Amino acid sequence: MARPGTVPLLRQQTGYQAKIFFRTPIAAFFTLIFPLMLLFLFGALFGTGEIPELGITFVQFFTPALAVFSAANATFSNIGVGTAYQRDEGILKRVRGTPLPAWIFMGGKIVASTLIAAMSVVLMMGVGVLVYGIEVYPRTLPAATVTFLVGTACFASLGLLVAAVSPTGNAATAITNATLLPLAFLSGLFIPITDSSPAWLTTVADIFPLSYFHEAFAAAFLPGTTGTQFDWGSLGYMALWGVVALLLGIRWFKWEKPVSSGRRAKVKTQS
Amino acid sequence: MPAIEIRGLTKSYGEVEAVRGIDLTVEEGEVFALLGPNGAGKTTTVEILEGHRTSTSGEVTVLGHDPARGEIEFQDRVGIVLQETSVEAELTVREALTIYGGAYSKRLEPQRLVEIVGLNEKVDARIGTLSGGQKRRLELALGIVGDPDLIFLDEPTTGFDPSARREAWSVIDNLRSLGKTILLTTHYMDEAQNLSDRVAVIANGLIVAEGTPETLGGRELSASKASFATPAGVSVPFDHAIEGDRIVVELTDPARQLHEVTGWALEAGVDLDDLSVSRPSLEDVYLALTEDT
Repeated sequence: MARPGTVPLLRQQTGYQAKIFFRTPIAAFFTLIFPLMLLFLFGALFGTGEIPELGITFVQFFTPALAVFSAANATFSNIGVGTAYQRDEGILKRVRGTPLPAWIFMGGKIVASTLIAAMSVVLMMGVGVLVYGIEVYPRTLPAATVTFLVGTACFASLGLLVAAVSPTGNAATAITNATLLPLAFLSGLFIPITDSSPAWLTTVADIFPLSYFHEAFAAAFLPGTTGTQFDWGSLGYMALWGVVALLLGIRWFKWEKPVSSGRRAKVKTQS
Repeated sequence: MPAIEIRGLTKSYGEVEAVRGIDLTVEEGEVFALLGPNGAGKTTTVEILEGHRTSTSGEVTVLGHDPARGEIEFQDRVGIVLQETSVEAELTVREALTIYGGAYSKRLEPQRLVEIVGLNEKVDARIGTLSGGQKRRLELALGIVGDPDLIFLDEPTTGFDPSARREAWSVIDNLRSLGKTILLTTHYMDEAQNLSDRVAVIANGLIVAEGTPETLGGRELSASKASFATPAGVSVPFDHAIEGDRIVVELTDPARQLHEVTGWALEAGVDLDDLSVSRPSLEDVYLALTEDT
């Protein structure tokens, strides 16, 4: 009997990661339900009124913004935190002792979280259309889809990087929360950034990939445009972030948690 | 070709020398126990053989491979039961066995695996609901999911109650009868004695004795001892020692000495209460070998 091929293995790993996700109610809640709650909250607060500086309605603005937040959260947080906890529990070490190639293990995580991100985005946009009557345009859907794929790939790579640099699962939770939430505010996902916002806000936000994800995705849902709305500059910038994060994540990745107990407490360096 | 060959293996963590020069050969089909107290270097040695750690110096060949290279062909033939790991609580036993078996070229069916380790009635239970002993059995099953030629068992029964240990031993006996080579570490003498064909005692990163459980540390050459409860009011005419309330006779010439003891007992009307004749136990040998550590 030969070893199974790459495709069946990747499919099996993806199914396994998705199964774990859906059997962890807290993760499923924060990824799929919590962003929807924000949408309903914003909808109740601001309704379908217009944002004067931007000339679009609040819901037309918030729905794609929260979809981006969901997608980033589904990949970045789930991969970063989930993988770090698996290292705490020795699961990564067990996996490394099997003939499963490391990249298929990580690939399963990335594909599963991308599918979950897609679910959360479709859910968000669907609710936006059905409940708040936001506008979507067939013309711009290819750009929205490509932006989604590039953005989730970028944030999946960043999740891998967080898993690589976090000594524990708790540290990974702290790192993802302390980065994603403030960046979501800075990048105008929760509060629209207008010309009257302080300039430093945009300067800081423009370093990180979340504002580009937002800008490129929201461009596909702007009323009154005529083109396909591909934002190649933003896509390229996210791809650059993604590649750098992926390379560093692979380089720094550890399959075992740092030894910290017993006689090996004296360890200074360990390969 | 031996299954495992180790020459001059050392491993240092910073300034701590965990393994200080080990030579060892394990033949195919053998059950070999690495016996030693905690911190002796057992786990470090086994994890180097598994490919989880790299050595500081020395040569290691396992099934013809250098385990440090992490080759898939090597991992495909080796089964590992680690200490201190867990399995995803969200999965069922059957799912975990299917997923972890997924990448091996030979696979044992989940149903067969749960029969070997005695988890039949839990095959569809979530792993989070298993007891500690059941989880350890699942780990044994995960260790053999790829029908390996060589199995590493790192302290397979630590933390078990006596009946769970007996059950685990019978599982390991099943694996032996399948013709597997097994390297196990333990700090229980009786475990090494019951399970293994050969034992190496490791202390302070060095192997201090090696042999079969019967011959370890020159045990088969050591004199047996006869002992019985000290009788009241009679004097003992032959050489003896007194340990607590017992008379102990070292049997350098057993037939003649035992004849002398029983002849004296009949004449003096002594019952020889609680008589025992025994060789030093593996435990005595082990404690003598590792007492400096």
